[in-house]
Amino acid sequence: MSNIDPILLLSAIIVVSTPILLAAIGELVVERAGVLNLGVEGMMITGAVCGFVVATATGSPWLGFAGAALGGALLSMVFGILTQLFLSNQVATGLALTLFGLGLSALLGQGYIGVKGPVVPDLYLPGLRDIPFLGPVMFRHDAMVYIALLIVALVWLFLNRTRAGRVLRAVGENHDAAHALGYKVVRLRLAAIAFGGACAGLGGAYLSLVRVPQWTEGMTAGAGWIALAIVVFASWRPGRLVLGAWLFGGATALQLALQASGGVQIPIEYLQMAPYLATILVLVILRAGRAPGSLGRPFHASS
Amino acid sequence: MTTPLLELSGLTKAYPGVVANSEVSFEIARGEVHALLGENGAGKSTLVKTIYGLVQPDAGTMRLDGQHFAPPEPRAARAAGVAMVFQHFSLFDAMSVAENVALGMETPPALNRLAAQIREVSQSYGLPLDPDRIVGDLSAGERQRVEIVRCLLQEPRLLIMDEPTSVLTPQEVQILFETLRKLRAEGVSILYISHKLEEIRTICDSATILRHGKVVGKCDPKATAARDMAEQMVGATLATPSRAGGRTGEVVLELSGLSAPAPRAFGTALKNIDLSLRAGEVLGIGGVAGNGQDELAMALSGEMSVAPGMIRLKDREIGTVGVNARRRMGLLCAPEERMGHAAAPDMSLTENALLTAGPREDLVRHGFLRWGRARGFAERVIERFDVRTPGPGTAARALSGGNLQKFVIGREIMQRPEVLVVNQPTWGVDAAAAATIRQALLDLAEAGAALIVISQDLDELMEISDRFAALNGGSLSPPRPAEGLGIDEIGMMLGGAHDMTPAHGEG
Amino acid sequence: MIRLDRRPEPSRAWTIATPFVAVALTMVAGGLMFALLGKDPVEAIRTIFWDPLFGDFASYSRPQLLVKAGPLILIAIGLSLGFRAGIWNIGAEGQYILGAICAAATGLAIYPAETWIVFPAMIVAGALGGLLWAMIPALLKVRFGTNEVLVSLMLVYVAEALLASMSLGLLRNPEGMGFPGSRNLAQYPSAANLDLIPGTGLHWGVALAFAAVIVGQVVMTRHQLGFRVRLAGQSPRAAVFGGVNPGWLVVVCMGISGGLAGLAGMFEVAGPAGRLSIDFNVGYGFTAIIVAFLGRLNPIGILLAGLLMALTYIGGELAQLQMNLPLAAIQMFQGMLLFFLLAIDVLTNFSFRFGRRAVA
Repeated sequence: MSNIDPILLLSAIIVVSTPILLAAIGELVVERAGVLNLGVEGMMITGAVCGFVVATATGSPWLGFAGAALGGALLSMVFGILTQLFLSNQVATGLALTLFGLGLSALLGQGYIGVKGPVVPDLYLPGLRDIPFLGPVMFRHDAMVYIALLIVALVWLFLNRTRAGRVLRAVGENHDAAHALGYKVVRLRLAAIAFGGACAGLGGAYLSLVRVPQWTEGMTAGAGWIALAIVVFASWRPGRLVLGAWLFGGATALQLALQASGGVQIPIEYLQMAPYLATILVLVILRAGRAPGSLGRPFHASS
Repeated sequence: MTTPLLELSGLTKAYPGVVANSEVSFEIARGEVHALLGENGAGKSTLVKTIYGLVQPDAGTMRLDGQHFAPPEPRAARAAGVAMVFQHFSLFDAMSVAENVALGMETPPALNRLAAQIREVSQSYGLPLDPDRIVGDLSAGERQRVEIVRCLLQEPRLLIMDEPTSVLTPQEVQILFETLRKLRAEGVSILYISHKLEEIRTICDSATILRHGKVVGKCDPKATAARDMAEQMVGATLATPSRAGGRTGEVVLELSGLSAPAPRAFGTALKNIDLSLRAGEVLGIGGVAGNGQDELAMALSGEMSVAPGMIRLKDREIGTVGVNARRRMGLLCAPEERMGHAAAPDMSLTENALLTAGPREDLVRHGFLRWGRARGFAERVIERFDVRTPGPGTAARALSGGNLQKFVIGREIMQRPEVLVVNQPTWGVDAAAAATIRQALLDLAEAGAALIVISQDLDELMEISDRFAALNGGSLSPPRPAEGLGIDEIGMMLGGAHDMTPAHGEG
Repeated sequence: MIRLDRRPEPSRAWTIATPFVAVALTMVAGGLMFALLGKDPVEAIRTIFWDPLFGDFASYSRPQLLVKAGPLILIAIGLSLGFRAGIWNIGAEGQYILGAICAAATGLAIYPAETWIVFPAMIVAGALGGLLWAMIPALLKVRFGTNEVLVSLMLVYVAEALLASMSLGLLRNPEGMGFPGSRNLAQYPSAANLDLIPGTGLHWGVALAFAAVIVGQVVMTRHQLGFRVRLAGQSPRAAVFGGVNPGWLVVVCMGISGGLAGLAGMFEVAGPAGRLSIDFNVGYGFTAIIVAFLGRLNPIGILLAGLLMALTYIGGELAQLQMNLPLAAIQMFQGMLLFFLLAIDVLTNFSFRFGRRAVA
């Protein structure tokens, strides 16, 4: 244990938690609008492959991230149309989206296994980078790390300080009442679902372009599901979401550090279980707050 | 005063299988309180939704202030000065009063400025309200104030109120009427929807009566007898339920110190309820919605278990006994919500018969279902309670509210309960079906069963109860003989006006 | 503008027609996808749906149909019970793995003794392994209210790691020259799950799957458990009022689906797969979810859906061999099938009307 550097470990936590945080903040908005999309894993892996393909084709990781967001959003619209217009069961449709996304990503990524993608440059924030301890932990990463945290802050502002955010929460809380007041429940939810898809796509692309960085089939390995768990853990509040993502990142980063240090006599397979067991533990220990009132219920304007 | 504020002519709206409104025409003058009167299903809701822009008519026109008026959505209606206080479905439990008000406005100011406006308006109209409280914690009366204040802030020309008094205590009704009179004096027109005739005679200047989607009469309610309006509304003369003198037997059900925490968020905790119920007796329990009615019914049915010793049935302790075991012992229950609680909407009537009648009607043997017997039982219920349906294979959701209610109540009565608890037995049911149900309940008591009837309809309770008690904030007042109980006394039992008592929603 | 009107009652005709329409639409859309991939769509569809049954290699692929359909049907029958009750066990894949691990461990513990007790002991171990693994999300849900979807799914990843550890460590074949994977149970006569009728693919697990279909049908239509399951899924509040204990139902449904998934794993490891290895699981637990929905959560429907899905597996492999069609395309094809099914499902409860603008 002694040869694990705490600063490196904390810095790794920030990186490891970023894809989960991105996917989770999108899903948080979706669930605040009253929709439960269990397809995060599918959208994430589609984002991972779209991002990788676009980035290698253009040589620009930023176009890659844009492509990933677009891919995730497009895929999420399949879910959106089915659940919002065809009123299909949200749980079943979300699962279908994940299964479909896994197949789609494998198909799209066929020619890209083992290919090396463009490098995402690090962006050390001037000034902040030199703060002792905090600098190396927080401010010596690539731009997406900061963007992810910025998105979380913007979502918080949007939900709590803007009229549109208030309407979104209202739709998620009681869609019949929102409809009676004349708000466009379906339209708003479709927008939220698309945002959720885009964020999941970004999270996936962060895996394939920064964390790993290459394309392998099934590379999300449950990250999308963990993102879903973190939303519950965070009681649908953006602030706690960051905490949840870091907690999860902590379990993963510590596990990786232990593997690398080789100082402990635990087989790798058991170390690999850690993030999943940690997620279960967190779900058990921490009581979730009250879910949005209309979460998961189908809406039909039966005037 | 020559042009009316709102003029409806020939409004027609059809849904698959029903014509909700047919050629409806009437006028609302400026500064008048206009009653729209009709039974459940007469088409009042559809008409009001048309005026508010939630429904587009198939034919007919509206004129507001002489101008063509056809709001494609509520926003347009609000912009034209039409505001609406809904009966259900328009508040957001997890949000604050101020946020709820802001959601109903076109261009809401910043929340802190809005909060000040809310305080001001609510004070000047005698409707005190704290803008920072969470709506889920408010009483029914306070929730209604949120809706009214939301409307008033938009300075409407026409205020629509859908069954506004169904959730209020008599004292709160008086406060509401004061507010309405004040608005009328300011020139606001009010469309007042109700089926409570005495209220309409008190507050309304003119009335339009709907039946089966058509206008069947117009009158001046102050100069018309309630009975005449009722007959126009129902289209027939009604017999009032009757029962012979009450002979009561020994105590069958006893509650002592019944307390239970709220079973869900924004529910009500039960507090120290004492009660003893005798065979052959009807106990009416009144109370404003959300004061523990559901919770009491659930504690009695066994859906919510309580500490041992709190409930005794025929001298046996049943606080933790399950639903079906209680049924076997003779304690049956009919919950308030028909769809999804008393009955499963997508299941057939036969299956819904199985839902509660398994233990007493021998419909299950060794875990296997006896479909033939279940169908026979469902058919007997349909037959005896005159449930209008093609047959026992029909899905529950295909039945009208009144017919399903007859089935649900009939299903319990046909199982010969010793104690029957019914919650809102005639809610949303047309007058003829309501009379059938009340008579059946009285006949059951006559045959020696003990009944608890929980209802928000005080007239109903006074009509059928031997004793009356009221739920208020999860506590039950001591029961008193129903005969000779005055409206003011009942009002005080219900908790008076809620701004006089401390709020009680901490649940 | 098209608008939806709620039907007063669910349409019987559409309930039955939906899967067939979905299959037809998937063939059209799938053909389009194959065309985009530069393959002849007609040939691809024929290779997937026709050749495994009647083509040149049918004598090889026909038994495979039962071998693949068996576990899918067995798992899907269990899942359908929970899905009907609104209990979402998504972790059948993990329960399948645990069933296989427990069964293999039991068999290998007795190895090489030849006695009749081995096979029954493995069956019990397999069922228990899956059942206990499913009890984790079930009990956590009942006790702490945790979400069973997330917990059961997390446990799939844990089970996969456990599988890797077992085939590399504890259960590794000591005579396997260091290669990962256990001894071959199919070559251990007391433990082997062989074809009941040689050459048909009909092993004990397939027979059990057929039995599960019959028992499932009886339970759903004639037994109180089936009634309670349907009630809880449609109206949870009415179910409590009808005397259903929701916690009890979670434990029962998760237990049955976990046990059946464990059994599927047991029969697989003792028969077609023969041994535990890192890549022992091939996704039956997830595909069974599609099978359950495609079969309308109805046992007879699941039987047909399981056979159809097995066909796409075998046909997909064939198409990969003969036409170089990527396997991922088959996975997408299966996903599409589920999408179409869910989309058309709306017609069961709603009818379309073409008319004036809807109030949405």
